[in-house]
Amino acid sequence: MFESLSARLQSVTERLRGKSKITEADLDVALREIRLALLEADVNFKVVREFVARVRERALGGEVLTGLHPGQQVVKVVHDELVAILGGERHQLRLGGRPSVVMLVGLQGSGKTTTAAKLAVRLRKDGRKPLLVAADVYRPAAVDQLVQLGDQIGIEVHSRPVGTPALEVARSGLEAARQRGLDVMLLDTAGRLHVDEAMMEELVRIAGAVQPAETLLVVDAMTGQEAVKVAEAFHARLPVTGLVLTKMDGDARGGAALSIRQATGLPISFIGTGERTDGLEPFHPDRLAQRILGMGDILSLVERVQENVDQDEAERVAKRMMESRFTLEDFRGQLQQIKKMGPIGQVLQMIPGAGQMANAAQQAVDEGQLKRIEAIIDSMTPAERRQPELIKASRRRRIALGSGTSTADVNRLLKQFADMQRLMKQFSGGRMPKLGGGMGGFGGLGGLFGR
Amino acid sequence: MFWRRRQQPTSDEPAAEQPADPALPPAPVPTPETLVPAATVARPSREASGMGLRARPSGFGARLRSILGVGVPASEATWDEVEEALIAADVGATTTMELVDAARERLRRRGGQATGEDVRGALANEVRERLERVGSGRFELGPAPSVILFVGVNGSGKTTSIAKLAARLKGQGHSVLLAAGDTFRAAAIEQLRIWGEQIGAPVVAQRAGADPGAVAFDAMTAAQSRGTEAVLVDTAGRLQNKTQLMAELAKMRKVIARQVDGQPRHVFLVLDATTGQNGLSQAEGFSAQAGVTGIVLTKLDGSAKGGVAVAVADRLGVPIVFAGVGEELDGLAPFDAAAYVDWLFAA
Repeated sequence: MFESLSARLQSVTERLRGKSKITEADLDVALREIRLALLEADVNFKVVREFVARVRERALGGEVLTGLHPGQQVVKVVHDELVAILGGERHQLRLGGRPSVVMLVGLQGSGKTTTAAKLAVRLRKDGRKPLLVAADVYRPAAVDQLVQLGDQIGIEVHSRPVGTPALEVARSGLEAARQRGLDVMLLDTAGRLHVDEAMMEELVRIAGAVQPAETLLVVDAMTGQEAVKVAEAFHARLPVTGLVLTKMDGDARGGAALSIRQATGLPISFIGTGERTDGLEPFHPDRLAQRILGMGDILSLVERVQENVDQDEAERVAKRMMESRFTLEDFRGQLQQIKKMGPIGQVLQMIPGAGQMANAAQQAVDEGQLKRIEAIIDSMTPAERRQPELIKASRRRRIALGSGTSTADVNRLLKQFADMQRLMKQFSGGRMPKLGGGMGGFGGLGGLFGR
Repeated sequence: MFWRRRQQPTSDEPAAEQPADPALPPAPVPTPETLVPAATVARPSREASGMGLRARPSGFGARLRSILGVGVPASEATWDEVEEALIAADVGATTTMELVDAARERLRRRGGQATGEDVRGALANEVRERLERVGSGRFELGPAPSVILFVGVNGSGKTTSIAKLAARLKGQGHSVLLAAGDTFRAAAIEQLRIWGEQIGAPVVAQRAGADPGAVAFDAMTAAQSRGTEAVLVDTAGRLQNKTQLMAELAKMRKVIARQVDGQPRHVFLVLDATTGQNGLSQAEGFSAQAGVTGIVLTKLDGSAKGGVAVAVADRLGVPIVFAGVGEELDGLAPFDAAAYVDWLFAA
């Protein structure tokens, strides 16, 4: 549904090709596209307005107008400006006192409880001794949720019987941490609306009682234009020190983070990805800037590959490739791994400039070509998969019959596989792509789609 | 009304001291006092904080009024500001431009000089008609057992919405069964169980980590043998770009369809009103894999206007069926496009 900014600017760039100078009118066309891209990324409209004005100024200042690829340079100016807003100093948690308190606050469903568990795991890795405190006394089973997460990660959870007010849970939690010699208390609080005065007042009282060293506002990456109001409201009432941007493994552009950062000056402390308790990462301004702009996201691709490809298997296959022992069986395994990564078009979209190939590849999948290849390999005997040269005319007929294809299909696959093997022999000089087996398969697949 | 204002302030007493009445009165909607979840304490009174949609205007209408003025002819510059106001309500750039173009066309056809009120009226009609065109607010249970599958991203409010709809259906005299299909998130099953106890609806569940398809199967079997009218199936929250998790939803659908023809009758995408333009991607992704039939728009009592739901309804043709406010069990009502537009445009 969303076009990337680069794609949007393509037509502008086309028009400008051959011109040695962009006019102000040309620039306005480009800025209009930038404005739309930012709005679709959920950057607050006020922030967008100021931002576009600043980029315009910089561009008119001569940085863009006379360059070789003006369109690309506009994108670069935009990117750099975004990084400048997002970046600044890296936010490190300041955990002084013993125990020092980290309080997590935010709207309902933003991901506070999950973040609390993730943060506990991270702090333990840093040599801290954390205590989780379950002060969400409103949502049914919220306390159970934290207790279960604590069990999973082996970190103690402080909770009080049903009916205990949140303030009392927080106070007794601090006492418990002190008694047990634990040095960080992670306080999970109930989700609340920023416009709910009574509930905000409760947070103020809790913060007053436990004096948090860090108060982290947990924000869903999918949040829209209201993000600024929400953050300002929490920031106005509480000593918020940083943001945690959650659900960043989704396909939201995360423009809300930019808006909040611009409006409140709060640093982004962590990025939450996935539901596993190790899914909490330090924040990289340039990655988020690229994502907001919808630029090809090679890092996400690498992550997706790592997430879905069995690393040992990938290494084993890569080794076999190097030794030219790659068989049809390995090839079938690769096809299955690629399928696990998701719609192949979507995967290829992440590679800058691979849009065309993405469509072709997706079409191939839609037309069932991948399935046909798998079916053909499935119809071979293990010996045939290891030694395709065994497959003569009568075996070809049998395989075609078994897989519901024609002998021509079988021939084509065998020929392409032979080509792939030849290619791999050339690679075996140690010039294998670093991504291992998963990516090796793409090269081979390219040939299969290209017919 | 698509929202309901709660009349009685919530008690400050811990809820544990007021166990739910096992014999619920056959009132159309259970009162909050009987339905405060037993495992939690009551939130501080929201009445005192002046909450509720009616009491708190959206702010959008007031903004339009200050842009457009009263009795003043609309100019080119004001249209730009109107666009911005719609975008600020999360309607999204594309839908905003369509709405504005359509409203301008309306005014042009009518002829004469358009005033601020005319512009507001034309826009409001445009939004309302687009919402109504796709059948927003329409909900019928259908022949027993009618299955309603709830899907959505993490934290959108699936479990709470199920509890609210279950309470509503119970209040209307229907038999209801809940299926704890979120076997992934810690304590999700417990959360549904607590609600089930409060509402007086049986909960079909397996252990944590069980196959959600198997839970759906059990629920269907139980519903068939008991003659239950409505089966509300919870699912784990998932992001729409996670292929395997999305395929799991397709499988749950298949399991349900195999047991009873034509089911699930409804597949509701639970959409947080605070969501921005990713709501479109959610609607597309979940529609492709789970066959979404309607939207439950939750958390409308914050400051968000839920504009992305308007974009989803308009661009993807998915109606908004229910709207949710608050955490009380009575905080769910059929979405009323006219009431929503009145609230949105009220100055």
